[in-house]
Amino acid sequence: MSSLFSVTRRELSGYFATPVAYVFIVVFLFTAGIFTFYLGQFFERGQADLKAFFLFHPWLYLFFLPAIAMRLWAEERKSGTIELLLTLPIPLWAAVLGKFLAAWIFAGIALALTFPMWLTVNWLGSPDNGVIAAGYIGSFLMAGAYLAVGSCLSATTKNQVIAFVISVLVCFVFTVAGAPMVLSFFQGWAPGLIVDTIASFSFLSHFNAITEGVIDLRDIVFFLSLMAVALYATAVIVDFRKAG
Amino acid sequence: MIDIKNLVKQFGPFTAVDNISFTVGKGEVLGFLGPNGAGKSTTMKMVCGFLAPTAGSIAVCGHDVDAEPLAAKRCIGYLPEGAPAYADMTGRGFLDFIADVRGLSGRDRQWRLDKVVDQVNIKDVLDQPIDTLSKGYKRRVGLAQAILHDPPVLVLDEPTDGLDPNQKHEVRGLIQTMARDKAIIISTHILEEVEAVCSRAIVIARGRIVAEGRPDSGPSGSGSWRIGDIIAEPGRLDAAFRQVTQAAAPARAA
Repeated sequence: MSSLFSVTRRELSGYFATPVAYVFIVVFLFTAGIFTFYLGQFFERGQADLKAFFLFHPWLYLFFLPAIAMRLWAEERKSGTIELLLTLPIPLWAAVLGKFLAAWIFAGIALALTFPMWLTVNWLGSPDNGVIAAGYIGSFLMAGAYLAVGSCLSATTKNQVIAFVISVLVCFVFTVAGAPMVLSFFQGWAPGLIVDTIASFSFLSHFNAITEGVIDLRDIVFFLSLMAVALYATAVIVDFRKAG
Repeated sequence: MIDIKNLVKQFGPFTAVDNISFTVGKGEVLGFLGPNGAGKSTTMKMVCGFLAPTAGSIAVCGHDVDAEPLAAKRCIGYLPEGAPAYADMTGRGFLDFIADVRGLSGRDRQWRLDKVVDQVNIKDVLDQPIDTLSKGYKRRVGLAQAILHDPPVLVLDEPTDGLDPNQKHEVRGLIQTMARDKAIIISTHILEEVEAVCSRAIVIARGRIVAEGRPDSGPSGSGSWRIGDIIAEPGRLDAAFRQVTQAAAPARAA
Protein backbone atom coordinates (compact mmCIF):
# COMPACT_ATOMS: atom_id res chain seq x y z
CA MET A 1 0.00 0.00 0.00
CA SER A 2 2.78 2.41 0.89
CA SER A 3 4.46 1.71 -2.41
CA LEU A 4 1.22 2.71 -4.13
CA PHE A 5 1.38 6.14 -2.54
CA SER A 6 5.10 6.44 -3.23
CA VAL A 7 4.40 5.92 -6.91
CA THR A 8 1.50 8.39 -6.84
CA ARG A 9 3.55 11.02 -5.05
CA ARG A 10 6.46 10.67 -7.44
CA GLU A 11 4.24 10.80 -10.49
CA LEU A 12 2.33 13.82 -9.21
CA SER A 13 5.53 15.68 -8.40
CA GLY A 14 6.61 14.77 -11.95
CA TYR A 15 3.63 16.72 -13.29
CA PHE A 16 4.56 19.80 -11.33
CA ALA A 17 8.31 19.52 -11.89
CA THR A 18 8.03 21.62 -15.03
CA PRO A 19 5.91 24.69 -15.82
CA VAL A 20 3.91 22.56 -18.25
CA ALA A 21 1.47 21.60 -15.50
CA TYR A 22 0.66 25.21 -14.69
CA VAL A 23 0.33 26.18 -18.32
CA PHE A 24 -1.94 23.18 -18.79
CA ILE A 25 -4.19 24.18 -15.91
CA VAL A 26 -4.42 27.79 -17.08
CA VAL A 27 -5.30 26.75 -20.62
CA PHE A 28 -7.85 24.28 -19.31
CA LEU A 29 -9.56 26.88 -17.13
CA PHE A 30 -9.50 29.43 -19.91
CA THR A 31 -10.99 27.02 -22.43
CA ALA A 32 -13.62 25.87 -19.97
CA GLY A 33 -14.55 29.53 -19.49
CA ILE A 34 -14.81 30.25 -23.20
CA PHE A 35 -16.98 27.22 -23.79
CA THR A 36 -19.27 28.12 -20.93
CA PHE A 37 -19.72 31.79 -21.65
CA TYR A 38 -19.62 31.89 -25.44
CA LEU A 39 -20.71 28.52 -26.74
CA GLY A 40 -22.84 27.72 -23.72
CA GLN A 41 -24.32 31.22 -23.54
CA PHE A 42 -24.16 31.21 -19.80
CA PHE A 43 -25.59 34.72 -19.40
CA GLU A 44 -28.10 34.59 -22.23
CA ARG A 45 -29.71 31.52 -20.74
CA GLY A 46 -30.61 33.60 -17.72
CA GLN A 47 -30.65 30.60 -15.42
CA ALA A 48 -28.66 30.12 -12.26
CA ASP A 49 -27.17 26.71 -12.97
CA LEU A 50 -23.98 25.25 -14.40
CA LYS A 51 -25.53 23.28 -17.28
CA ALA A 52 -23.68 25.40 -19.79
CA PHE A 53 -20.47 24.65 -17.96
CA PHE A 54 -20.82 20.89 -17.62
CA LEU A 55 -22.25 20.47 -21.11
CA PHE A 56 -18.81 20.87 -22.65
CA HIS A 57 -16.80 18.80 -20.22
CA PRO A 58 -16.75 15.62 -22.33
CA TRP A 59 -15.40 17.62 -25.27
CA LEU A 60 -12.83 19.42 -23.17
CA TYR A 61 -11.68 16.17 -21.60
CA LEU A 62 -11.45 14.54 -24.98
CA PHE A 63 -8.36 16.62 -25.72
CA PHE A 64 -7.04 17.63 -22.33
CA LEU A 65 -7.02 14.31 -20.52
CA PRO A 66 -5.19 12.25 -23.14
CA ALA A 67 -2.53 14.95 -22.84
CA ILE A 68 -2.26 14.19 -19.13
CA ALA A 69 -2.32 10.44 -19.55
CA MET A 70 -0.01 10.13 -22.55
CA ARG A 71 3.18 10.32 -20.53
CA LEU A 72 2.21 7.78 -17.88
CA TRP A 73 3.82 4.75 -19.48
CA ALA A 74 5.17 5.97 -22.82
CA GLU A 75 7.69 8.13 -21.00
CA GLU A 76 8.84 5.32 -18.71
CA ARG A 77 9.32 3.13 -21.70
CA LYS A 78 11.21 5.73 -23.68
CA SER A 79 13.60 6.74 -20.90
CA GLY A 80 14.14 3.17 -19.73
CA THR A 81 12.93 3.95 -16.21
CA ILE A 82 10.29 1.27 -16.65
CA GLU A 83 13.09 -1.21 -15.98
CA LEU A 84 13.91 0.57 -12.77
CA LEU A 85 10.29 0.89 -11.67
CA LEU A 86 9.45 -2.74 -12.31
CA THR A 87 12.53 -4.11 -10.56
CA LEU A 88 11.75 -2.17 -7.40
CA PRO A 89 9.70 -4.11 -4.85
CA ILE A 90 6.43 -2.66 -6.12
CA PRO A 91 3.58 -4.94 -7.19
CA LEU A 92 2.55 -4.29 -10.77
CA TRP A 93 -0.98 -3.31 -9.75
CA ALA A 94 0.44 -0.67 -7.39
CA ALA A 95 2.55 0.83 -10.16
CA VAL A 96 -0.40 0.94 -12.56
CA LEU A 97 -2.89 2.25 -10.02
CA GLY A 98 -0.40 4.64 -8.46
CA LYS A 99 0.36 6.32 -11.74
CA PHE A 100 -3.29 6.50 -12.69
CA LEU A 101 -4.20 8.06 -9.34
CA ALA A 102 -1.58 10.76 -9.86
CA ALA A 103 -3.12 11.65 -13.21
CA TRP A 104 -6.61 11.58 -11.70
CA ILE A 105 -5.58 13.83 -8.82
CA PHE A 106 -4.01 16.22 -11.30
CA ALA A 107 -7.24 16.32 -13.30
CA GLY A 108 -9.11 16.76 -10.02
CA ILE A 109 -7.00 19.80 -9.17
CA ALA A 110 -7.74 21.35 -12.57
CA LEU A 111 -11.45 20.63 -12.11
CA ALA A 112 -11.48 22.00 -8.56
CA LEU A 113 -9.94 25.23 -9.79
CA THR A 114 -13.12 25.93 -11.76
CA PHE A 115 -14.76 26.77 -8.41
CA PRO A 116 -15.14 30.49 -9.27
CA MET A 117 -17.81 29.32 -11.70
CA TRP A 118 -19.74 27.82 -8.83
CA LEU A 119 -19.28 30.95 -6.77
CA THR A 120 -20.47 33.06 -9.69
CA VAL A 121 -23.81 31.32 -10.10
CA ASN A 122 -24.36 31.51 -6.37
CA TRP A 123 -23.67 35.20 -6.48
CA LEU A 124 -25.95 35.76 -9.48
CA GLY A 125 -28.84 33.69 -8.26
CA SER A 126 -29.74 30.76 -6.11
CA PRO A 127 -28.92 27.58 -8.01
CA ASP A 128 -29.57 24.05 -6.86
CA ASN A 129 -26.20 23.31 -5.33
CA GLY A 130 -27.01 19.63 -5.07
CA VAL A 131 -27.27 19.41 -8.83
CA ILE A 132 -24.00 21.25 -9.20
CA ALA A 133 -22.24 18.97 -6.73
CA ALA A 134 -23.56 15.97 -8.66
CA GLY A 135 -22.18 17.56 -11.82
CA TYR A 136 -18.74 17.86 -10.28
CA ILE A 137 -18.80 14.27 -9.04
CA GLY A 138 -19.93 13.04 -12.46
CA SER A 139 -17.32 15.13 -14.19
CA PHE A 140 -14.58 13.79 -11.93
CA LEU A 141 -15.68 10.20 -12.51
CA MET A 142 -15.80 10.73 -16.23
CA ALA A 143 -12.30 12.24 -16.09
CA GLY A 144 -11.12 9.04 -14.42
CA ALA A 145 -12.58 6.98 -17.23
CA TYR A 146 -10.85 9.08 -19.90
CA LEU A 147 -7.56 8.85 -18.00
CA ALA A 148 -7.78 5.10 -17.51
CA VAL A 149 -8.29 4.66 -21.24
CA GLY A 150 -5.38 7.04 -21.84
CA SER A 151 -3.18 5.14 -19.41
CA CYS A 152 -3.93 1.88 -21.20
CA LEU A 153 -3.03 3.31 -24.59
CA SER A 154 0.06 5.02 -23.21
CA ALA A 155 1.32 1.58 -22.24
CA THR A 156 1.22 0.44 -25.85
CA THR A 157 3.90 2.78 -27.18
CA LYS A 158 7.14 4.59 -26.45
CA ASN A 159 5.94 7.65 -28.26
CA GLN A 160 3.83 10.12 -26.32
CA VAL A 161 2.46 11.76 -29.45
CA ILE A 162 1.18 8.44 -30.73
CA ALA A 163 -0.27 7.69 -27.30
CA PHE A 164 -2.07 11.05 -27.41
CA VAL A 165 -3.51 10.64 -30.87
CA ILE A 166 -4.76 7.10 -30.29
CA SER A 167 -6.24 8.08 -26.95
CA VAL A 168 -8.13 10.97 -28.48
CA LEU A 169 -9.50 8.64 -31.14
CA VAL A 170 -10.61 5.96 -28.71
CA CYS A 171 -12.02 8.49 -26.26
CA PHE A 172 -13.87 10.11 -29.15
CA VAL A 173 -15.57 6.81 -29.90
CA PHE A 174 -16.57 6.45 -26.25
CA THR A 175 -17.80 10.02 -26.14
CA VAL A 176 -19.94 10.12 -29.26
CA ALA A 177 -21.38 6.64 -28.89
CA GLY A 178 -24.43 8.22 -27.29
CA ALA A 179 -24.69 11.34 -29.41
CA PRO A 180 -28.02 11.65 -31.26
CA MET A 181 -26.40 11.68 -34.70
CA VAL A 182 -24.58 8.42 -34.06
CA LEU A 183 -27.60 6.73 -32.57
CA SER A 184 -29.92 7.87 -35.35
CA PHE A 185 -27.45 6.44 -37.83
CA PHE A 186 -27.89 3.03 -36.20
CA GLN A 187 -31.56 3.41 -35.37
CA GLY A 188 -32.53 3.17 -39.03
CA TRP A 189 -31.56 -0.47 -39.38
CA ALA A 190 -30.03 -1.98 -36.26
CA PRO A 191 -32.14 -3.76 -33.67
CA GLY A 192 -32.97 -1.80 -30.56
CA LEU A 193 -30.74 -3.96 -28.43
CA ILE A 194 -27.64 -2.98 -30.38
CA VAL A 195 -28.55 0.70 -30.33
CA ASP A 196 -29.04 0.50 -26.58
CA THR A 197 -25.73 -1.29 -26.12
CA ILE A 198 -23.91 1.35 -28.11
CA ALA A 199 -25.60 4.10 -26.18
CA SER A 200 -24.81 2.42 -22.89
CA PHE A 201 -21.08 2.68 -23.59
CA SER A 202 -21.30 6.39 -24.11
CA PHE A 203 -19.64 8.72 -21.67
CA LEU A 204 -22.06 11.39 -22.78
CA SER A 205 -25.26 9.66 -21.79
CA HIS A 206 -23.94 8.54 -18.40
CA PHE A 207 -22.47 11.93 -17.69
CA ASN A 208 -25.57 13.82 -18.79
CA ALA A 209 -27.68 11.64 -16.53
CA ILE A 210 -25.54 12.63 -13.57
CA THR A 211 -25.51 16.33 -14.40
CA GLU A 212 -29.29 16.32 -14.32
CA GLY A 213 -28.74 15.87 -10.62
CA VAL A 214 -29.72 12.24 -10.55
CA ILE A 215 -26.85 10.20 -9.24
CA ASP A 216 -27.87 6.79 -10.42
CA LEU A 217 -25.79 3.91 -9.14
CA ARG A 218 -25.66 2.48 -12.67
CA ASP A 219 -23.84 5.53 -14.01
CA ILE A 220 -21.32 5.43 -11.22
CA VAL A 221 -20.79 1.72 -11.66
CA PHE A 222 -20.32 2.30 -15.39
CA PHE A 223 -17.47 4.75 -14.91
CA LEU A 224 -15.82 2.80 -12.11
CA SER A 225 -15.97 -0.50 -13.94
CA LEU A 226 -14.67 1.11 -17.12
CA MET A 227 -11.71 2.41 -15.11
CA ALA A 228 -11.13 -1.02 -13.58
CA VAL A 229 -11.18 -2.72 -16.96
CA ALA A 230 -8.89 -0.15 -18.57
CA LEU A 231 -6.41 -0.31 -15.69
CA TYR A 232 -6.42 -4.08 -15.73
CA ALA A 233 -5.70 -3.89 -19.46
CA THR A 234 -2.89 -1.43 -18.69
CA ALA A 235 -1.28 -3.92 -16.32
CA VAL A 236 -1.56 -6.71 -18.86
CA ILE A 237 -0.03 -4.58 -21.60
CA VAL A 238 2.79 -3.31 -19.38
CA ASP A 239 3.60 -6.84 -18.31
CA PHE A 240 3.43 -8.20 -21.82
CA ARG A 241 5.37 -5.45 -23.55
CA LYS A 242 8.14 -4.86 -21.04
CA ALA A 243 10.85 -6.01 -23.33
CA GLY A 244 9.91 -3.83 -26.29
CA MET B 1 22.95 -16.17 -2.87
CA ILE B 2 22.16 -16.10 -6.57
CA ASP B 3 21.33 -19.47 -7.98
CA ILE B 4 20.57 -19.75 -11.68
CA LYS B 5 19.60 -23.03 -13.23
CA ASN B 6 19.19 -23.79 -16.93
CA LEU B 7 18.07 -20.32 -17.78
CA VAL B 8 16.61 -19.81 -21.25
CA LYS B 9 15.16 -16.68 -22.81
CA GLN B 10 13.69 -16.60 -26.27
CA PHE B 11 12.39 -13.58 -28.12
CA GLY B 12 10.27 -15.15 -30.83
CA PRO B 13 12.59 -17.43 -32.79
CA PHE B 14 15.70 -15.76 -31.38
CA THR B 15 17.36 -17.37 -28.38
CA ALA B 16 19.02 -14.62 -26.37
CA VAL B 17 20.01 -16.76 -23.41
CA ASP B 18 20.58 -20.43 -24.00
CA ASN B 19 20.69 -22.70 -20.99
CA ILE B 20 22.87 -20.79 -18.57
CA SER B 21 23.52 -22.01 -15.04
CA PHE B 22 25.73 -20.49 -12.37
CA THR B 23 25.75 -19.47 -8.75
CA VAL B 24 27.19 -16.48 -6.97
CA GLY B 25 27.92 -16.73 -3.26
CA LYS B 26 28.43 -14.19 -0.54
CA GLY B 27 31.73 -12.36 -0.86
CA GLU B 28 31.98 -13.06 -4.56
CA VAL B 29 32.15 -10.52 -7.36
CA LEU B 30 31.22 -12.21 -10.58
CA GLY B 31 32.36 -10.52 -13.76
CA PHE B 32 29.93 -11.11 -16.57
CA LEU B 33 31.81 -10.79 -19.83
CA GLY B 34 30.84 -11.11 -23.41
CA PRO B 35 30.54 -9.28 -26.70
CA ASN B 36 27.62 -6.91 -27.19
CA GLY B 37 24.41 -8.83 -27.75
CA ALA B 38 25.74 -11.92 -26.02
CA GLY B 39 22.86 -11.97 -23.54
CA LYS B 40 24.48 -10.28 -20.54
CA SER B 41 21.81 -7.65 -20.01
CA THR B 42 19.01 -10.07 -20.76
CA THR B 43 20.29 -12.41 -18.07
CA MET B 44 20.55 -9.56 -15.58
CA LYS B 45 17.04 -8.40 -16.40
CA MET B 46 15.76 -11.86 -15.62
CA VAL B 47 17.69 -12.06 -12.36
CA CYS B 48 16.10 -8.78 -11.29
CA GLY B 49 12.61 -9.87 -12.27
CA PHE B 50 12.09 -7.49 -15.16
CA LEU B 51 11.88 -10.16 -17.84
CA ALA B 52 10.33 -13.55 -17.29
CA PRO B 53 12.52 -16.48 -18.33
CA THR B 54 11.26 -18.79 -21.05
CA ALA B 55 12.59 -21.71 -19.03
CA GLY B 56 14.79 -22.35 -16.03
CA SER B 57 14.79 -20.91 -12.55
CA ILE B 58 16.43 -18.12 -10.63
CA ALA B 59 16.62 -17.89 -6.86
CA VAL B 60 17.90 -14.82 -5.07
CA CYS B 61 18.57 -15.14 -1.33
CA GLY B 62 16.46 -18.28 -1.42
CA HIS B 63 13.49 -16.56 -3.04
CA ASP B 64 12.39 -17.80 -6.41
CA VAL B 65 12.16 -14.75 -8.66
CA ASP B 66 9.09 -16.09 -10.42
CA ALA B 67 7.18 -17.29 -7.34
CA GLU B 68 8.10 -14.56 -4.86
CA PRO B 69 9.09 -11.60 -7.01
CA LEU B 70 8.73 -8.96 -4.30
CA ALA B 71 10.81 -10.82 -1.73
CA ALA B 72 13.52 -11.38 -4.33
CA LYS B 73 13.41 -7.75 -5.47
CA ARG B 74 13.82 -6.55 -1.90
CA CYS B 75 17.15 -8.39 -1.71
CA ILE B 76 18.48 -6.92 -4.92
CA GLY B 77 20.03 -3.61 -5.79
CA TYR B 78 19.97 -3.20 -9.53
CA LEU B 79 21.66 -0.73 -11.81
CA PRO B 80 20.07 -1.19 -15.24
CA GLU B 81 22.07 -0.62 -18.38
CA GLY B 82 22.43 3.09 -19.06
CA ALA B 83 21.47 3.97 -15.47
CA PRO B 84 17.94 5.20 -16.22
CA ALA B 85 16.53 7.73 -13.78
CA TYR B 86 13.58 10.11 -13.75
CA ALA B 87 15.12 12.98 -15.69
CA ASP B 88 13.01 15.81 -14.32
CA MET B 89 13.62 14.93 -10.69
CA THR B 90 16.58 16.11 -8.68
CA GLY B 91 19.01 13.56 -7.33
CA ARG B 92 17.61 14.19 -3.87
CA GLY B 93 14.00 13.73 -4.97
CA PHE B 94 14.91 10.59 -6.84
CA LEU B 95 16.73 9.00 -3.92
CA ASP B 96 13.86 10.01 -1.62
CA PHE B 97 11.48 8.13 -3.88
CA ILE B 98 13.70 5.06 -3.85
CA ALA B 99 13.97 5.27 -0.05
CA ASP B 100 10.15 5.42 0.15
CA VAL B 101 9.72 2.40 -2.05
CA ARG B 102 12.44 0.51 -0.21
CA GLY B 103 10.60 1.20 3.01
CA LEU B 104 13.41 3.09 4.70
CA SER B 105 12.26 5.41 7.45
CA GLY B 106 13.38 7.45 10.40
CA ARG B 107 16.97 7.78 11.42
CA ASP B 108 18.06 4.77 9.42
CA ARG B 109 16.75 6.39 6.25
CA GLN B 110 18.68 9.60 6.78
CA TRP B 111 21.79 7.66 7.69
CA ARG B 112 21.59 5.52 4.56
CA LEU B 113 20.91 8.53 2.33
CA ASP B 114 23.86 10.45 3.75
CA LYS B 115 26.06 7.42 3.47
CA VAL B 116 25.39 6.59 -0.18
CA VAL B 117 25.59 10.23 -1.23
CA ASP B 118 28.99 10.27 0.36
CA GLN B 119 29.98 6.88 -1.08
CA VAL B 120 29.28 7.80 -4.68
CA ASN B 121 30.26 11.42 -4.17
CA ILE B 122 27.22 13.26 -5.56
CA LYS B 123 26.69 15.78 -2.77
CA ASP B 124 27.42 18.77 -5.02
CA VAL B 125 24.77 17.92 -7.60
CA LEU B 126 22.04 16.58 -5.35
CA ASP B 127 19.67 19.46 -6.01
CA GLN B 128 20.08 19.60 -9.76
CA PRO B 129 17.58 17.94 -12.08
CA ILE B 130 19.05 14.64 -13.19
CA ASP B 131 18.82 15.47 -16.91
CA THR B 132 21.25 18.37 -16.39
CA LEU B 133 23.92 16.07 -14.96
CA SER B 134 26.93 14.76 -16.82
CA LYS B 135 27.04 11.12 -17.79
CA GLY B 136 29.38 10.31 -14.93
CA TYR B 137 27.12 11.89 -12.34
CA LYS B 138 24.04 10.20 -13.78
CA ARG B 139 25.76 6.87 -13.52
CA ARG B 140 26.67 7.58 -9.91
CA VAL B 141 23.10 8.59 -9.05
CA GLY B 142 22.03 5.26 -10.54
CA LEU B 143 24.59 3.48 -8.42
CA ALA B 144 23.41 5.32 -5.31
CA GLN B 145 19.88 4.14 -6.04
CA ALA B 146 21.07 0.55 -6.31
CA ILE B 147 22.98 0.44 -3.03
CA LEU B 148 20.65 2.65 -1.00
CA HIS B 149 19.01 -0.14 0.96
CA ASP B 150 22.30 -2.00 1.48
CA PRO B 151 21.08 -5.08 -0.41
CA PRO B 152 22.73 -8.48 0.01
CA VAL B 153 22.74 -8.91 -3.77
CA LEU B 154 23.93 -6.32 -6.26
CA VAL B 155 23.42 -6.54 -9.99
CA LEU B 156 25.29 -3.84 -11.87
CA ASP B 157 25.01 -3.59 -15.62
CA GLU B 158 28.10 -1.75 -16.84
CA PRO B 159 28.58 0.29 -13.68
CA THR B 160 31.60 2.23 -14.92
CA ASP B 161 30.45 2.94 -18.46
CA GLY B 162 30.91 6.63 -19.21
CA LEU B 163 33.05 7.40 -16.19
CA ASP B 164 36.47 9.00 -16.41
CA PRO B 165 39.48 7.04 -15.13
CA ASN B 166 39.37 8.62 -11.68
CA GLN B 167 35.67 7.91 -11.29
CA LYS B 168 36.18 4.36 -12.50
CA HIS B 169 38.81 3.91 -9.87
CA GLU B 170 36.46 5.24 -7.18
CA VAL B 171 33.57 3.03 -8.24
CA ARG B 172 35.79 -0.03 -8.33
CA GLY B 173 37.04 0.81 -4.88
CA LEU B 174 33.44 1.10 -3.75
CA ILE B 175 32.54 -2.28 -5.23
CA GLN B 176 35.52 -3.84 -3.51
CA THR B 177 34.59 -2.47 -0.12
CA MET B 178 31.05 -3.77 -0.53
CA ALA B 179 32.15 -7.13 -1.86
CA ARG B 180 32.94 -8.69 1.49
CA ASP B 181 29.38 -9.32 2.60
CA LYS B 182 27.46 -9.22 -0.66
CA ALA B 183 27.02 -11.25 -3.78
CA ILE B 184 27.73 -9.01 -6.74
CA ILE B 185 27.33 -9.49 -10.48
CA ILE B 186 28.81 -6.86 -12.76
CA SER B 187 28.67 -6.92 -16.51
CA THR B 188 31.38 -5.19 -18.37
CA HIS B 189 33.45 -5.30 -21.48
CA ILE B 190 36.35 -3.54 -19.87
CA LEU B 191 38.71 -6.35 -19.03
CA GLU B 192 40.94 -4.42 -16.67
CA GLU B 193 37.84 -4.09 -14.53
CA VAL B 194 37.65 -7.83 -14.19
CA GLU B 195 41.21 -7.93 -12.96
CA ALA B 196 40.56 -5.02 -10.64
CA VAL B 197 37.39 -6.13 -8.85
CA CYS B 198 36.17 -9.59 -9.77
CA SER B 199 36.85 -12.76 -7.93
CA ARG B 200 35.51 -14.84 -10.79
CA ALA B 201 34.37 -14.31 -14.36
CA ILE B 202 32.00 -15.91 -16.79
CA VAL B 203 32.37 -15.32 -20.50
CA ILE B 204 29.20 -15.67 -22.50
CA ALA B 205 28.74 -15.51 -26.24
CA ARG B 206 25.55 -16.03 -28.19
CA GLY B 207 23.68 -16.77 -25.01
CA ARG B 208 25.92 -19.56 -23.80
CA ILE B 209 28.66 -19.75 -21.26
CA VAL B 210 31.82 -20.30 -23.29
CA ALA B 211 34.38 -20.06 -20.52
CA GLU B 212 34.81 -19.51 -16.84
CA GLY B 213 37.70 -17.56 -15.50
CA ARG B 214 39.34 -17.03 -12.14
CA PRO B 215 42.61 -15.70 -10.86
CA ASP B 216 45.21 -18.33 -11.42
CA SER B 217 46.38 -19.59 -8.08
CA GLY B 218 48.80 -22.10 -9.61
CA PRO B 219 52.57 -21.82 -9.35
CA SER B 220 52.76 -19.36 -12.21
CA GLY B 221 49.97 -17.26 -10.75
CA SER B 222 50.67 -13.81 -9.56
CA GLY B 223 47.86 -11.69 -10.91
CA SER B 224 47.34 -13.82 -13.96
CA TRP B 225 43.93 -15.23 -14.87
CA ARG B 226 42.89 -18.55 -16.16
CA ILE B 227 40.07 -18.22 -18.68
CA GLY B 228 38.91 -21.58 -19.91
CA ASP B 229 42.10 -23.35 -20.88
CA ILE B 230 43.98 -20.16 -21.48
CA ILE B 231 46.23 -18.53 -18.96
CA ALA B 232 46.31 -14.79 -19.35
CA GLU B 233 49.13 -12.73 -17.94
CA PRO B 234 48.17 -9.59 -16.02
CA GLY B 235 46.89 -6.97 -18.43
CA ARG B 236 46.58 -9.52 -21.23
CA LEU B 237 43.00 -10.59 -20.69
CA ASP B 238 41.95 -9.03 -23.97
CA ALA B 239 43.66 -11.63 -26.04
CA ALA B 240 42.18 -14.46 -24.01
CA PHE B 241 38.73 -12.88 -24.25
CA ARG B 242 38.97 -12.62 -28.02
CA GLN B 243 40.13 -16.16 -28.28
CA VAL B 244 37.24 -17.67 -26.30
CA THR B 245 34.50 -15.50 -27.79
CA GLN B 246 35.68 -15.86 -31.35
CA ALA B 247 36.03 -19.57 -30.97
CA ALA B 248 32.28 -19.54 -30.38
CA ALA B 249 31.58 -17.34 -33.38
CA PRO B 250 31.85 -19.80 -36.31
CA ALA B 251 28.87 -21.69 -34.94
CA ARG B 252 26.79 -18.60 -35.72
CA ALA B 253 27.27 -19.10 -39.44
CA ALA B 254 26.27 -22.73 -39.21
